[in-house]
Amino acid sequence: MFDDPNLTKAIFGRLTWESLPLHEPIVVATFAAVALGGAVLLGAITYFRLWGYLWREWFTTVDHKKIGIMYMVLGIVMLLRGFADAIMMRLQQAIAFNGSEGYLNAHHYDQIFTAHGVIMIFFVAMPLVTGLMNYVVPLQIGARDVSFPFLNNFSFWMTVGGAVLVMVSLFVGEFARTGWLAYPPLSNIGYSPDVGVDYYIWALQVAGVGTTLSGINLICTIVKLRAPGMTMMKMPVFTWTSLCTNVLIVASFPVLTAVLALLSLDRYVGTNFFTNDFGGNPMMYVNLIWIWGHPEVYILILPLFGVFSEVTATFSGKRLFGYTSMVYATVVITILSYLVWLHHFFTMGSGASVNSFFGITTMIISIPTGAKMFNWLFTMYRGRIRFELPMMWTVAFMLTFVVGGMTGVLLAVPPADFVLHNSLFLVAHFHNVIIGGVLFGLFAGIAYWFPKAFGFKLDPFWGKLSFWFWVVGFWFAFMPLYVLGLMGVTRRLRVFDDPSLQIWFVIAGFGAVLILLGIAAFLVQIAVSVRRREALRDTTGDPWDGRTLEWATASPPPDYNFAFTPVVHDNDAWWDMKRRGYRRPVSGFGAIRMPSNTGAGIILAALSTALGFGLIWYMWWLAALSFAALLAVAIGHTFNYHREFDIPAGDVEHAETARTRRLAAEA
Amino acid sequence: MRLVKTLALLSLCAAVGGCNFVVLNPSGDVAAQQRDLIVISTGLMLLIIVPVMVLTGLFAWRYRHANTAARYEPDWDHSTHLELVIWAAPLLIIICLGALTWMGTHLLDPYRTLGRIDAGRPVPAAVKPLEVRVVALDWKWLFIYPDHGIATVNELAAPVDRPIHFRITSSSVMNSFYIPALAGQIYAMAGMETKLHAVINKPGVYPGFSANYSGAGFSGMRFAFHGMTAQAFDAWVAKAKAGGGALGRSDYLELERPSENEPARRYASVDPTLYKAILNMCVEPGKMCMGEMMSIDARGGLGLAGTYNTLPLTYDKHTRRGAVFGPGPSYVVGICTIDELDVEMPQPLAAPRRLTPITGRGLERPMFTPARPSATPPLAGTRSQS
Repeated sequence: MFDDPNLTKAIFGRLTWESLPLHEPIVVATFAAVALGGAVLLGAITYFRLWGYLWREWFTTVDHKKIGIMYMVLGIVMLLRGFADAIMMRLQQAIAFNGSEGYLNAHHYDQIFTAHGVIMIFFVAMPLVTGLMNYVVPLQIGARDVSFPFLNNFSFWMTVGGAVLVMVSLFVGEFARTGWLAYPPLSNIGYSPDVGVDYYIWALQVAGVGTTLSGINLICTIVKLRAPGMTMMKMPVFTWTSLCTNVLIVASFPVLTAVLALLSLDRYVGTNFFTNDFGGNPMMYVNLIWIWGHPEVYILILPLFGVFSEVTATFSGKRLFGYTSMVYATVVITILSYLVWLHHFFTMGSGASVNSFFGITTMIISIPTGAKMFNWLFTMYRGRIRFELPMMWTVAFMLTFVVGGMTGVLLAVPPADFVLHNSLFLVAHFHNVIIGGVLFGLFAGIAYWFPKAFGFKLDPFWGKLSFWFWVVGFWFAFMPLYVLGLMGVTRRLRVFDDPSLQIWFVIAGFGAVLILLGIAAFLVQIAVSVRRREALRDTTGDPWDGRTLEWATASPPPDYNFAFTPVVHDNDAWWDMKRRGYRRPVSGFGAIRMPSNTGAGIILAALSTALGFGLIWYMWWLAALSFAALLAVAIGHTFNYHREFDIPAGDVEHAETARTRRLAAEA
Repeated sequence: MRLVKTLALLSLCAAVGGCNFVVLNPSGDVAAQQRDLIVISTGLMLLIIVPVMVLTGLFAWRYRHANTAARYEPDWDHSTHLELVIWAAPLLIIICLGALTWMGTHLLDPYRTLGRIDAGRPVPAAVKPLEVRVVALDWKWLFIYPDHGIATVNELAAPVDRPIHFRITSSSVMNSFYIPALAGQIYAMAGMETKLHAVINKPGVYPGFSANYSGAGFSGMRFAFHGMTAQAFDAWVAKAKAGGGALGRSDYLELERPSENEPARRYASVDPTLYKAILNMCVEPGKMCMGEMMSIDARGGLGLAGTYNTLPLTYDKHTRRGAVFGPGPSYVVGICTIDELDVEMPQPLAAPRRLTPITGRGLERPMFTPARPSATPPLAGTRSQS
């Protein structure tokens, strides 16, 4: 590099015209579509003069509610990309029989399944879960914002930065062709000398900073900012599960950061942590990444367990059954999730005792999970269940998730894993728990809290349509994969010999199409709901007869969430307040101190993304420059003393009086 | 509804025909025991899964909002008896399953030699297991039969009812050696060896493949496993021996170059030290074997001198190609002479035929040169000192 006097190379690193995938018609067409859509979007924003509004009200906001909504938007946008990958895989596997190569070459197909996994976990599930926690937790604990509002904004934009790098890899260069966990030696420089794995590393590192900081932020928020009277055992279950999830994040993401740092040292400076020779050991990487990776699946599912608890109690019109055992079950799952990582590679040849240990610890996790399932069941028992959309998702979850849980425990039996490991049975299993658990929970959560965030309910017709497409589509898409796994079909294959398998892949492809319709119906649901917002309007702030504090305030909540900090006497705080004949205070408002917006977060994240891009393409000047700028902006930001401002008492009174009038008009 | 769907799928399967649930209907005793474990554990778990699903449906229907006849107790949220049951029921199941797991895992440990040929027959004392060495290459399988002195590519044969002892390694990236009809899989990793004991009970041709994604040619990394009668197996060996062709070290270096969808191939003879050299990652002449390196390291290493004991790379398979800021591509020079290292290595070493560098996945060379191309000569002194 340095002995090369070529100026182009000094400027562009290894980026050349050949790096652009102009020879891949599918990618070129996608690029054209994305570029066109992007141009229309940017043009519309410019035409309607929205840049200033977006910058002031959204990009620089430190309001946890707006940041939460932005996380959700990011997750939904990335869901479209991740799902596009999924349907391409399904199509390839449905047609690549009888000597046909399908329509994707290995170079493209291998990127697609890697990108699908990475995007769905890191840039769909994580932002959606984080967004939900960000939005709901401060409201549930009666706080005005999170502990570190600026950090929250910064975390969000770092997540966006990671997502941007993954998206850029589609059009500039390529993505990793290693599978979503990038096992070395395949991901090492010797076998993946191109930029794909570097995109992977830097996208995850940039996003990982955001996730870790957001975890710290939410832990602090839950520990320090609870309303008076809300002891730990009076916290809503969603807050509890969020706390546990963020503990998991803070304890496990540094491992991911470290293992990716070691991999990048291997790739950039020629160390030998994970190489085959020179003393390297790829098994170490596999262990480390799963020490992060297994807690990660609980990071995803725990908050949704919280959502199901809230939804079941609310729509059954009944206190949650076994609150205490629910909390202990969550904590036990949190701790045990660190003791099971080896079950992802029983087949590596550890001894029988090691394998049995990790197999049995894995099974033990199913005990608290089973207890939770029973708790939801007995919450429904002797309730009055209203089958609104969130409750429908919950029942679908209960029926779907138990199957995924069962196959999961089955895979935890090492000898059974020897025949099912890496098979489509495994793929079916984790989609069974991630779609049936995480995704169904997210849809339940979105339908449940949407009226809180926007002041009107989601349209039930399109919601139910989406629900049925998703649920039926899920069963059609993944039951064939269970079957194929029992037929000994392994994952990540691009072409097949045995024509008798094809019918199952066709059924799975049909299921994927149903899911596509489910996603489309979900998007239509949002559009229709926005158009029909007056008909769907909720002025009470409590459309579902809720039980927790977020329903005590207006929908959408004012910037300051609560004009007066509520006092909590019961773990169903709002239910308790309603029952005791709580009267909303209508006078005596004071000024409220709130954090000020700042552009530092988005600028730092943009610089980090540029730093990542420079490192990926060996544009050392760009990397150095953005790193220097990163330091300068970070230090400069510490001199910003205008971090808070007061909402004048008059403004608070104005907002609250308006609400009083709305409530009176309703009554 | 779910049951109906499952039945529908199964009948569809029957209608389509040719459905082969090999995992549930294997032809080897080890896989059959693994299948039994799957069936028993599933049964155990259904004891709790089915009631939960039924109760979910039942409660959802019975306590629906419209049914005002059902009891409604909005404040009922605790029952010690019920709590005991809902924790104890899964616990009991997991205790059973855990015991089953502990026993099954130890009994079916792939490293454990077999005690029986199938449910009714123990292994006769006189029978020695068939030794097979397996090497995962990019993207094909090499099988070496040390007792017969033959080797094959993408074709494996074994006599029925005779235990097979596989020793498995890889030349480059990680793969997983899996013949579903025979036994569970185990990873194949470069510089490391895994083992598998299994037996095939029925003659037939069964598919085998890599069950761990390993790069561009992964889909074609398949081979046929032939279960044969003892006579047929002897005939197969004789045919391989008659077919000619030898697999020496330089042939191996040629063979390990990445290639896809390789047809089956046989070698009448094979260098007896080849597998050991592959496992120790020192097939290339002059490269230090892992065994030697570990032995030196176990004695405290060569100190600073050891870091200079490298040569620039000319043929770069199992060696790094150099990172952008790293030292140049190099390999560690063997210090011991071949004779000292291993008395089993009598043959002179032949250099690889083609010196063009190969990259593991058949890719172009990386678009950079290392920052400090290493020109360090091997220290003659170091080599003689030891």
